[in-house]
Amino acid sequence: MTVLHWATIAPFLLAILIPFFYKYARRIHTGWFVLILPLVLFIYFLSYIPVTSSGDTIMNSVPWVPSLGIYFDVYVDGLSLLFALLITGIGTLVVLYSIYYLSKKNERLNNFYVYLLMFMGAMLGVVLSDNLIVLYVFWEVTSISSSLLISYWFHREKSTNGAQKSMFITVFGGLSMLGGFSLLYVMTDTFSIREIIANVDLVTTSSLFLPAMILILLGAFTKSAQFPFHIWLPDAMEAPTPVSAYLHSATMVKAGIYLVARLTPVFGGSAEWFWIISLVGITTLVWGAISAVRQKDLKSILAFSTVSQLGLIMTLLGLGSASLYFDVGAEDTLYTTAILAAVFHLINHATFKGSLFMTAGIIDHETGTRDIRKLGGLMTIMPITFTISLIGLASMAGLPPFNGFLSKEMFFEGTVNATQFGIFNMETWGMLFPVLAWVASVLTFVYCAIMFFKTFTGKFKPENYDVHVHEAPFGMLISPIVLGSLVVIFGLFPNLLAYSLIEPAMASILPNLLEPGQQFDVGISHWHGVNTALLMTIGVIVVGIVIYLMMKKWSKLPFYLKERDPLNRLYDNGVSGLISGSQAVTRAQMTGSLRDYFVYMCGFSILLLGYTMYRYDAFAIDTASTSSISPFMWIVALVFIGATISIAFVNHRITAVIVIGIIGFLLALLFVIFRAPDLALTQLLVETVTVVLFMLVFYHLPDLQRRTAKLRFNILNLIISLGVGSLFTAIAVSSFALGQDANFESISEFFIENSKELAGGYNMVNVILVDFRGLDTLLEVLVLGIAALGVVTLIKLRFTGREDV
Amino acid sequence: METLIIVLAGVLVTVATYLILSRNLIRVILGTAILSHAAHLLLMTMGGLKIGSAPLLGEEAATYTDALPQALILTAIVISFAVTAIFLVIAYRAYQEVGTDNLSDMRGFEDE
Repeated sequence: MTVLHWATIAPFLLAILIPFFYKYARRIHTGWFVLILPLVLFIYFLSYIPVTSSGDTIMNSVPWVPSLGIYFDVYVDGLSLLFALLITGIGTLVVLYSIYYLSKKNERLNNFYVYLLMFMGAMLGVVLSDNLIVLYVFWEVTSISSSLLISYWFHREKSTNGAQKSMFITVFGGLSMLGGFSLLYVMTDTFSIREIIANVDLVTTSSLFLPAMILILLGAFTKSAQFPFHIWLPDAMEAPTPVSAYLHSATMVKAGIYLVARLTPVFGGSAEWFWIISLVGITTLVWGAISAVRQKDLKSILAFSTVSQLGLIMTLLGLGSASLYFDVGAEDTLYTTAILAAVFHLINHATFKGSLFMTAGIIDHETGTRDIRKLGGLMTIMPITFTISLIGLASMAGLPPFNGFLSKEMFFEGTVNATQFGIFNMETWGMLFPVLAWVASVLTFVYCAIMFFKTFTGKFKPENYDVHVHEAPFGMLISPIVLGSLVVIFGLFPNLLAYSLIEPAMASILPNLLEPGQQFDVGISHWHGVNTALLMTIGVIVVGIVIYLMMKKWSKLPFYLKERDPLNRLYDNGVSGLISGSQAVTRAQMTGSLRDYFVYMCGFSILLLGYTMYRYDAFAIDTASTSSISPFMWIVALVFIGATISIAFVNHRITAVIVIGIIGFLLALLFVIFRAPDLALTQLLVETVTVVLFMLVFYHLPDLQRRTAKLRFNILNLIISLGVGSLFTAIAVSSFALGQDANFESISEFFIENSKELAGGYNMVNVILVDFRGLDTLLEVLVLGIAALGVVTLIKLRFTGREDV
Repeated sequence: METLIIVLAGVLVTVATYLILSRNLIRVILGTAILSHAAHLLLMTMGGLKIGSAPLLGEEAATYTDALPQALILTAIVISFAVTAIFLVIAYRAYQEVGTDNLSDMRGFEDE
């Protein structure tokens, strides 16, 4: 275990201690104890920047289940470091914010911080693991802890529903991802991502390439709320706002992005990967933007905007993966711009979306509502919140001089570049990307404008609020101020990040493009100068303003008035259909009647055995080795058959007992004929005792009166029993015949030779019972003993239904 | 001969299945008793019915019937007897407690 391992699991260890802090240090807000850890981890991870920016990676391994190839490997390169810094950095700010957001008196803080730390540790594990199985384990822990956090206020129905929905969808994706990982293992015989990348030829040439890719992408898409799996994210907004800010903007929803970026060297460069990711991404981008415009709740707008922005990053990763196809080298920026934009926007989105969620939380906390129809005129009352929101929204809308502008410019540039690809049918469909990207950006501008103007401008109406509206306490404002400042700093000095974080991250996504020792050179300085992207941005701003000004007209559209995503209906009906469907199947099949289950069993046996016999052509009749039949045998057999059949028609209990006795004694007679004296004796005795038992019990039972069962009932029974009987006969006859053909030596010769020699007895049956196979007899005695005890217990012990028995 | 005995066992199985499928608890028990007869007959037959001497070495015969299936059947008879006995007592107790021997009336409790 190295320091890096301890850093990964440190949040789990601290989570164990949280309940003690909560219980024994009640006067201090539990969050203060938590705050130290992400801060320390953040500083610790900062110390790795020199390592990764010089192109090195760090790998530490601890065996977990070595026999299955599962090692707890932590691997630090540019991409995982970028994510680790996001997780710990924003984690620190979110914990700080939550200290002021959640009240010490009214909330169960121990639960909150235990879940949050679980989540933080799991997320660090996801991004630092090199082993796919370990990654999967941490991945599922993020699903679980995220559901726990969403249902933090578990007495609210909406919270538990949202948690359940997110659990269903993300665990569905997680499980298919596990399937994809297993296929990768089948192809490459290793779970290590680095080794898979090193042996990527095994994957690309395998027939399992496509199934593995689709299964893994299902996991990534569900986690990152891509269309059509995005529906859980808006419902997850029932969580406390720090959770929304942390999980649903900065970290967890980027786990899918991380996975796609991480596996780009494995799957990238193929047409399927390119098209699936780009199209899903661009659909999500447009759909998220359209839906966000319709929302009336601040957090819902932010949720759909997150969906939309994640789609944007996903599109860029898809477009950028084409550069692996060309194998052009690091200097050709035409192909690598998309990846650069993806990484840059990933950072930018985490900063501005985190701050926006926090300001939305502040507005909710200080006014008691998040409804934009009630809010308004908060500019002068909450000046700091207003400033931070303005910065965040302007950045999200893509306005200069904030960082969102830079990443949006690069996004446009990437999509325009993509139209020039001469591969994957991009000649025909390539124009799709810039056009859709532009439309989505216009819509993004519009919902940013709605959020801003509806919340902060207009007239302040005190009657809309239940509480006295005022600016938030300073402690609550620290985190959004920090994030807002980062938005400005990254906007003004983008190259601060370019060399330290973005280039190493790009190097991990596109490792094959680099010569040893070479690095991407991405000076984000050429953002002045008139090019297509700039013209597109100007178009976005102009058209966006026009649409916002015309809002009065189009806001009457029925599509705008509805808030819920229409895909939710599909999900709701699917879930309720699944429940009612399975209930219907169970009701139809589990009738509770013993007879029905017998019918299933017999019917299934007939079908299975009959089909097997038919399939392997196993029916046979052997006449050669059978012995001859004497007339006496015929008489016995006919009486036997007559007695047996007649018992089915007997209606009186005394007759039934007599007939069952006749059958038993005839069986004893058969044993006599076939030279089995011990059997005949036992059968006679047992049959006598059985008859006596029947007599004893029947005395206490009602008569076997014939019930007027339906004719259909009896006919079905008859058919089934005839089927069972004839199949039984056929199988017995065939196996006897085939057994004779096979001509195996019986072991009976052994008993004949050795009963006297070894056991000193003349009666072979008895010698077998007590000597050669004595264990059978011992246990058979046990069975008799248990049966006797059972009979006694059944008769003696009476439960009267009292509590004390 | 073997074919005849197997057909005999087949008839036993048919009737046993028919009884087990009925709604009357006593008929079900009768069915299980008959089914065990069928199994014993089958065991006997599959060992071969070639007429030899009874498996007693004192006979000093040339051929003996196979002793192993007989030992197996002997065990099986005792076990099926034990099971039949306990079935009967259960039927008796069930009738005492719930007052019916009709399986379709035995539907468990309301709160299950």
